[in-house]
Amino acid sequence: MSAERPHTARPRARARRRRGVPWPVAAAAVIAVALLTLPLLALLLRAPWSQLGELLTRESTLSALGLSLGTAAVSTLLCLILGVPLALVLARSDDAPPLVRRGLRALVTIPLVLPPVVGGLALLLLLGRSGVLGAPLEALTGVTIPFTTLAVVLAQTFVAMPFLVLAVEGALRGVDPATETAAETLGASRATVLRRVTLPLAAPGILAGTILCAARALGEFGATITFAGSFPGTTQTLPIATYLELQRDPEAAVALALVLVAVALVTLVAMRDRWVPGATA
Amino acid sequence: MSRTPSPRSSRGHRSATPRHAPGFGLLVGASIVLSACVGAGSSVEQPVTPRSSLSGTLTIFAAASLTETFGELEARLEARHPQLDVVVVLAGSATLVQQLIAGAPADVLASADETTMQLAVDAGAVEAPNAFARNPLALAVPAGNPGRVDGLDDLERADLVVALCASEVPCGRAADALLADLGVAASVDTRESDVRAVLTKVQLGEVDVGIVYGTDVRVAGEDVETIDVDAVSAQRFAPTYHIAIAEGTARRAAAEAWLALVLGDEGRSVLDSAGFDTATISRAVTGDQP
Repeated sequence: MSAERPHTARPRARARRRRGVPWPVAAAAVIAVALLTLPLLALLLRAPWSQLGELLTRESTLSALGLSLGTAAVSTLLCLILGVPLALVLARSDDAPPLVRRGLRALVTIPLVLPPVVGGLALLLLLGRSGVLGAPLEALTGVTIPFTTLAVVLAQTFVAMPFLVLAVEGALRGVDPATETAAETLGASRATVLRRVTLPLAAPGILAGTILCAARALGEFGATITFAGSFPGTTQTLPIATYLELQRDPEAAVALALVLVAVALVTLVAMRDRWVPGATA
Repeated sequence: MSRTPSPRSSRGHRSATPRHAPGFGLLVGASIVLSACVGAGSSVEQPVTPRSSLSGTLTIFAAASLTETFGELEARLEARHPQLDVVVVLAGSATLVQQLIAGAPADVLASADETTMQLAVDAGAVEAPNAFARNPLALAVPAGNPGRVDGLDDLERADLVVALCASEVPCGRAADALLADLGVAASVDTRESDVRAVLTKVQLGEVDVGIVYGTDVRVAGEDVETIDVDAVSAQRFAPTYHIAIAEGTARRAAAEAWLALVLGDEGRSVLDSAGFDTATISRAVTGDQP
């Protein structure tokens, strides 16, 4: 931000001209927009609009939608409860040895770069019936996690939490330490500073991270089908139902895909421009 | 039509999505193509003459359960025709059919059941199909049979974790038909997207029992055991594998050589030794001639 100050001091028109882009950049941007939007347009064009009502009110569709919304809500909540503290630790880890700091961030980021199917397999090997933790868990309590709705939530949380953590960490780092110091000198405890100063200031970032996290959880497929399997009403979320329907009835699959697109659009509208730091809402 | 796969395609079979590279003009002698164009009613009974020199790349879209057998047949055909590169693309039948209809470059389609093949026929993506094998259903349990499964009736036990294929895919359709016929109300915990996913979960010990194909149990090795099911039922609901030449293929000679290999004695023996059943497939079947 501060780098732009000298420009804003100049006449406005000139500053604006300087901010234009060379034509190759504009051309690439146009191609990028086409690549991102044309497939969705095709989806809309090929949608079976006349049968849409029937396809979307099917019991199986509604159950998959309900399961998706429910599990995504719970996993987003879980991401908030666990992810915000983790983001705080990361944001305040500058005094830690670089190896620890970088190692921790790398570990947290792994699910972002891992194919979700691999994530699901890893969860299965940890929490499955013969898993590292899953086997003792079953021996002690008789509880098994795979193929349950809880497994869906865990898979979504595993995949989505990094989005929240990275967004919130960025927001927390943007909080001016002087404000926190001021609060402390006025006698506020660390907990009070966190609650009354730091978190409110980082709220836009937390909101953006939450929405990204929820969107990722809603769209989760690979880790879920690997770890939680697929059973209508229990573990068959909307993305999985869409994939399976594609094997039998592509038109119905397109209808299901439209629901996912609609949910995604609602999410996008909800977050407006908040996910781009510096852009105005 | 140019359905030519990329000339850079590596040899051997691939399990991933095929590449759609618009490669033009592979070196298949036009004379071979012309001389082999004997109309849509494929003359699959003709044995391949060892002296014929097929060349270029032949792309086969095959159901995942054909991984081992088609791999073996691929090696044999390539050994006979050093200029020919057979590429076997493996995936779920339904996925392959969708891709073929969408214009994926394949010369031959082999599907795990008739329903799926019919989709391709209806879309005009393939010529008249031939039945070539059946794959009896089998009960797969993890090594040691931790759930003490004795037969199909045990699928009703709520204490067992039961995996079936999704009813959208061939193995799931077959399993549904089998269970319905026997009046077994299975307490299913998961319906997987393809048969190998069911098998993987049995191998990992995450499910107590799953319905798979007989051939899959053989491939799985020591991690999986099979429980005998009523042979008559398993046989009756075994899906019938179909093979067809893709409409408008530019590799007709090679495609017909592949069909002749699969449908002939050699193919039958390879399929049989892998656990497929070719004995119940009528030898004279050459698809529905209009």
